Amino acid sequence: MGFTARHLLGIESLSKDDILTILDLAEHYVTLNRQPNKHANALAGLTQINMFFEASTRTQASFELAGKRLGADVMNMAMQASSIKKGETLIDTALTLNAMHPDLLVVRHPHSGAVRLLADKVNCAVLNAGDGRHEHPTQALLDALTIRRAKGRLQRLSIAICGDIAHSRVARSNILLLGKMENRIRLIGPRTLMPSGIAEFGVEVFDDMREGLKDVDVVMMLRLQRERMDGAFIPSSREYYHRWGLDAEKLALAKPDAIVMHPGPMNRGVEIDGTIADDINRSVIQEQVEMGVAVRMAAMDLLARNLRANAGAGNDGGAWA
Amino acid sequence: MSDTLFTNARLIDPEQGQEIRGALLVTDGAIAAILPEGDKLPEAAQTIDCGGKVLAPGIIDIGVKIGEPGERHKESFRSAGRAAAAGGVTTMITRADTIPPIDTPETLAFVLERARDQALVRIHPLAALTKGRQGREMTEIGFLLDAGAVGFSDGDAVVTDNKVLARCLSYAGALGALVIGHVQDPGLSDGAAVTNGKFASLRGLPAVSPLAERMGLERDLALVEMTGARYHADQITTAAALGPLERARAAGLDVTAGVSIHHLTLNEFDVGDYRTFFKVKPPLRSEDDRAAVVQAVGDGLIDIICSMHTPQDEESKRLPFEEAASGAVALETLLPAALRLVHAGALDMPALFRALSFNPARRLGLPGGRLGVGAPADLVLFDPDKPFVLDRFRLRSKSRNTPFDGHRMQGRVLGTWVGGKRVFAWGKDDAA
Repeated sequence: MGFTARHLLGIESLSKDDILTILDLAEHYVTLNRQPNKHANALAGLTQINMFFEASTRTQASFELAGKRLGADVMNMAMQASSIKKGETLIDTALTLNAMHPDLLVVRHPHSGAVRLLADKVNCAVLNAGDGRHEHPTQALLDALTIRRAKGRLQRLSIAICGDIAHSRVARSNILLLGKMENRIRLIGPRTLMPSGIAEFGVEVFDDMREGLKDVDVVMMLRLQRERMDGAFIPSSREYYHRWGLDAEKLALAKPDAIVMHPGPMNRGVEIDGTIADDINRSVIQEQVEMGVAVRMAAMDLLARNLRANAGAGNDGGAWA
Repeated sequence: MSDTLFTNARLIDPEQGQEIRGALLVTDGAIAAILPEGDKLPEAAQTIDCGGKVLAPGIIDIGVKIGEPGERHKESFRSAGRAAAAGGVTTMITRADTIPPIDTPETLAFVLERARDQALVRIHPLAALTKGRQGREMTEIGFLLDAGAVGFSDGDAVVTDNKVLARCLSYAGALGALVIGHVQDPGLSDGAAVTNGKFASLRGLPAVSPLAERMGLERDLALVEMTGARYHADQITTAAALGPLERARAAGLDVTAGVSIHHLTLNEFDVGDYRTFFKVKPPLRSEDDRAAVVQAVGDGLIDIICSMHTPQDEESKRLPFEEAASGAVALETLLPAALRLVHAGALDMPALFRALSFNPARRLGLPGGRLGVGAPADLVLFDPDKPFVLDRFRLRSKSRNTPFDGHRMQGRVLGTWVGGKRVFAWGKDDAA
């Protein structure tokens, strides 16, 4: 078994083997999830706490379902409404939770690096469900699984990531993962939404979406946050849609069998045309959601195995990482 | 007062740019004689054998933050004074960005009184340039000068209104007062936690272009040209700002520049996995910028090295990187960190003390900063080669937010004297 880490904080620290281990196990859970009886007991007796310091419906539901299907006791804490408002620091929150002896902590936080800060202070396994603009590892893993199932492989593909790269943790984790798996990555978007130093990432950057989409195998669209639309980073949503929105005409430049992905939730008519999102021959957006549950089951299963393997050594939580 | 004779020392004279072996005689708190090796030694009440180690003019550190008034739990005059003495800093030029800011003669008087009663080393305060550091109305620059302010600065609160700053510079210039500017364009710098580039993007942290520094500097230089003010740029940390600085000098503007020790010895990658003790203002730069700025210190284009000592308590640092406070303590680590530049061959010892002691004294009109007859006996004796591993919990500052925790360093202060009086002796209260 390749994957021995204590936490899943990002793609950056994963090896190719780690990634394949998680994806292979996820395939197993895809099968399970399609059966009438969807229960397994990999997390039986364990407690999973979902802490979302940033509003989320889809990711939180996905983690909750994944935990429940594996038999964990799952608790959701809506952190944006609770103690943070009372001035409690992240560290104090972590220590409070730690005293409740959770086994798996699923954390989303609006600041980059916050999940790692928290992981350093607790004894359980921590899953990063998105930290600021930094990483969103399970999203990249579910995207990888979706691509592998649709394309039959996860290497030597030409993949375009389009839109707000600068503010996107999904883009960062995907660039890291798809790069590790030896794919060609193209980034497409307005300059104001490109991160600095992007030339050093080993990717190709395109201002012109038509040029960038030429002959790609995968088109990965990103969500454009509403607060960035009006004049701050781009002049207007209609100008954005005209230049960087995915419509049938632009998609026609990609390979005929190119797939369309989106992490959701979509802004139809801003970054993607509604008919493309709904086109069952091109869009794998619903499949991404399905793979999300399976990948999260796999990740939590593996972390729980590592947790158990190390508990036997009388570990206090600090010695291995 | 009795005489003290320091024998068998490497004497660093930054004024002449030379190092000689010999002895130094202190009488009544001032340097009375420099005696090169071989000269006949006079009688003295006390003789200190320097054991062949380095004796240099004490460091004059521009821009030390002390938490009085307002944040004494982070640093007091007493704790900062002890830290300074242990670090070979004999004069602290304290910042005005306290709570409340030091923007009236009355608050300045409070600071001077606390300093006199509590601190082991000399203190000369800066005062705010504008009331409340708000960038709208100038402070009573004349009264503050009379009360003892050696310079005027709003710290990192940049005066954004050009007309306001022009008037401040004009008024201060007429009184001969030195104005210290923070040369980071405030709009571009707003919210930035690191310098932009691949590392910033990988970490997903809000970042600022290094060109924000050139923009801030060029704005200030134009206003200095307009008003004829005496001006010091607090920290020049990028290669892009060096050209404008050089041209301003060549044009005869009365402009000097400083740089913090952290920007000379660390780079952006040291932040690693969101280590907030490496969050400083401006943010740490690329290795190319660091190297260019070290070179500029060697060339004399950047005049002054400072600690930019900024104490922060654990609570303000144990936060997600974007939310964590900026700044690092450095009074005690300034000299050993600066000696890295000497050990690396980037500077020689006289050039280092030109930047640490001589230039700050000259710029502020203070009598210290040199080993010359008549100068106050503000001295630091240190072993430049002594290695040690820094343990932040042994620091004398109330706050322990140093980026050098666990670092191997070379250079140990053995003794510090202010006006001929010993204020620090290695080993007295220290374990190895």
